[in-house]
Amino acid sequence: MPDTIMTVDDSASIRQMVSFTLKQAGYAVIEAVDGQDALGKLDSSAAKMIITDLNMPNLDGIGLIRAVRANPAYRFIPIVMLTTESQAEKKQEGKDAGATGWIVKPFKPDQLLAVIRKVLG
Amino acid sequence: MDQNESIFREEAYELLSVLESSLLELEQNPVDNELISKIFRAMHTIKGSGAMFGFDKVAAFTHDIETVYDLLRNGKIIANKELIDLTLSSCDQIRRMIEGPDEADADEAARLTMAFQKFLSLVTDKTGQDKPRQAKAETKELLSPEPANQKVTYRIRFRPHKDIFSRGTNTTLLITEMRKMGVCKFIAQTDEIPLLSELNPEYCYTYWDIMLTTNQGLNAVKDVFIFVEDDCDLKIEAVDEDGAEERDEYKKLGEILIERGDVSREVVEKLMGDHKKIGELLVVEGLVAPDKIRSALAEQQHVHEMREKNRAADTSSTIRVPAARLDRLVNMVGELVTVQSRLSQLAAQVNDADLVLVAEEVERLTAELRDNTMSIRMLPIGNTFSNFKRLVRDLSEELGKQITLVTEGADTELDKTVIEKLNDPLIHLIRNSIDHGVEPPAVREQKGKQRQGTIRLTAQHAGAHVLIHINDDGAGLDAEAIRRKAIEKNIISADDKLTEKEIFALIFAPGFSMAKTVTNVSGRGVGMDVVKKGIDGLNGTIVIESKINVGTTITLKLPLTMAIIDGLLVRIAESFFVLPLSAIEECVELTRADVEQMHGRNIVHIRGEVVPYIPLRERFGIMGDPPLIEQVIISRVGDDRFGLVVDQVIGQHQTVIKNLGKFYRQIKEVSGATILGDGTVALIIDISQLVSGAVAEES
Repeated sequence: MPDTIMTVDDSASIRQMVSFTLKQAGYAVIEAVDGQDALGKLDSSAAKMIITDLNMPNLDGIGLIRAVRANPAYRFIPIVMLTTESQAEKKQEGKDAGATGWIVKPFKPDQLLAVIRKVLG
Repeated sequence: MDQNESIFREEAYELLSVLESSLLELEQNPVDNELISKIFRAMHTIKGSGAMFGFDKVAAFTHDIETVYDLLRNGKIIANKELIDLTLSSCDQIRRMIEGPDEADADEAARLTMAFQKFLSLVTDKTGQDKPRQAKAETKELLSPEPANQKVTYRIRFRPHKDIFSRGTNTTLLITEMRKMGVCKFIAQTDEIPLLSELNPEYCYTYWDIMLTTNQGLNAVKDVFIFVEDDCDLKIEAVDEDGAEERDEYKKLGEILIERGDVSREVVEKLMGDHKKIGELLVVEGLVAPDKIRSALAEQQHVHEMREKNRAADTSSTIRVPAARLDRLVNMVGELVTVQSRLSQLAAQVNDADLVLVAEEVERLTAELRDNTMSIRMLPIGNTFSNFKRLVRDLSEELGKQITLVTEGADTELDKTVIEKLNDPLIHLIRNSIDHGVEPPAVREQKGKQRQGTIRLTAQHAGAHVLIHINDDGAGLDAEAIRRKAIEKNIISADDKLTEKEIFALIFAPGFSMAKTVTNVSGRGVGMDVVKKGIDGLNGTIVIESKINVGTTITLKLPLTMAIIDGLLVRIAESFFVLPLSAIEECVELTRADVEQMHGRNIVHIRGEVVPYIPLRERFGIMGDPPLIEQVIISRVGDDRFGLVVDQVIGQHQTVIKNLGKFYRQIKEVSGATILGDGTVALIIDISQLVSGAVAEES
């Protein structure tokens, strides 16, 4: 069975692009539109990894990472955040919250897959 | 991607309408943070997605607006009507840009961008922040491939913080990633793992020493750890770069441990006193954990292996240089040698200690440079040898013989020009061995030899010379037959008494051939005299040894180089000459009394042996009387000794050989010229030509 990856983003186009790339590479994908949505879907998802945007309504990326790490079942799940070049502090904040890595937007499908292989194997 | 694009468009239109309504609301309520966040997020998404799906212009255009709203969000500035107006027209601009590149008005975009940048500059001036630059620096951070072909060995100590797992990092993956980068050795350090009762399974206690040899550059190595930089102690050091190849020594175990900070220098030095293995000692004394020693040993081994590999690769890592350039270099070194000898001469004349010191230094350096340059011109003779394999195969087949060619000393090096000129003589000699030397299989069998003959081609160094032997196990030379043939061809007269060696040497005489039938291989009597000439031209000698039915060995003795030789500088009246030192055996004095004693015959007695001499003053037609005591330079030509009489022997001289102009080329006795320290030209005498010329005239 392929590994399941959850992509969390309020931008439909980014979600679409990420999920298309991942499916092409043979992963199963679960989409969530914001942090809250993601948390709600997490338990039933059996996700092996989370890719999340940081700026989202309701529950932002940082909040999502904190909440996921607080869940014993997902303490060690790799979480990659999508940041933009101008978000140095955000990146640090995300790391402090427990993010495993990050991808700087804009990115190409290859770069996305490289990072996934790096943290998921 | 088209599908993505249309999704982005839809999303962007949606966001733009959200933006518009939010902006209008903001105008009423300029400090509503929730609203500002919403606008920022929308801009952020447009920018991020735009860049992702190829709307680079949109992304670039939105960048400054986003930045302004970030400032707004952080309370750095407060929204005013001007800003909101600007943003609204920007929304229109973005819409046009998304609809199609043709719709967008570049001037309008530029105007708006300028306006936003003005806002920014107001703020950045105030707060002293320089956001754009910071942003730029960061984009380079991730996954930056860096071209670097040099292989470098890195020593990496990767010590993750205990809680590294809590960030979802899998340390094994980092190790796998590194393994893909090059040749890699891991030593896990386990000395920090506590007892089971104290162990927290969620902690990482292990750390790693890694030896990695890669050509991907330091940045690529660092990229592996980019996500965990803050979660580990990471030490990456280059321990063995390609450039450090010169060092033949390997780091001692103690050194490595000190470098790694595993043990202090004092401890190592203290222990070095005992003549035991340092590693064992450190462990016995409990100063260093066994794993650390193991790891340091692995580094030693790794570096060793990598160097071995490099060395193997090095043999083929050469550069090709046009021969003409090399010749020019040699010429220039020649000039330098000349200038240097002028300097030395001048220094000796002025007799100034400081100047002499400098002159000597220059002399030493020049000699080194000369040797180095000459060594560049040296080529292994092997290439020439391998050409002959084909020759032997084809020829022996043609003649119905079975012959194998064995070569030895193919890596013997000779000056490029020597090798080039050696090719033809060697071909002749080998052809000769095939044709005259090795017998047909049936004959060989009758003689009790193996059907297959062997021609052995060997090269070896002997001082400043190289010896090349061409040996066959064939019929050998029949001295009596050669003698008869030579008499028949009027090369010698019937009553000439010749030694065996002299008889063998007859085969080099022009017009001499032993072949009873003329084949297209040999028998026309041209060839061996060409060989002789060729070897003479190289200042070399040929010696033949042969035994009937056992075989023949022809030995060529060749100088290593032809561009610069050691010569003996002599003077006759006002003229200077150089004699190749390699041919000279000794110098003796010749007094008037000696000359009278011999009653006008040009011979001297040297330790009981009679040696004929040639008075060069006479031979070269130099006017004036010789000095009371002249010098005889005894030189060896082939097996004979000849004397050359000169006025004065000046001494050894590094001789840069310059070719004579076309006009003088046919002068056989002079092989070239050289320029002396004071600019005078000295002719280089070809002793063997001089002697044979004189001998021919005598008879």
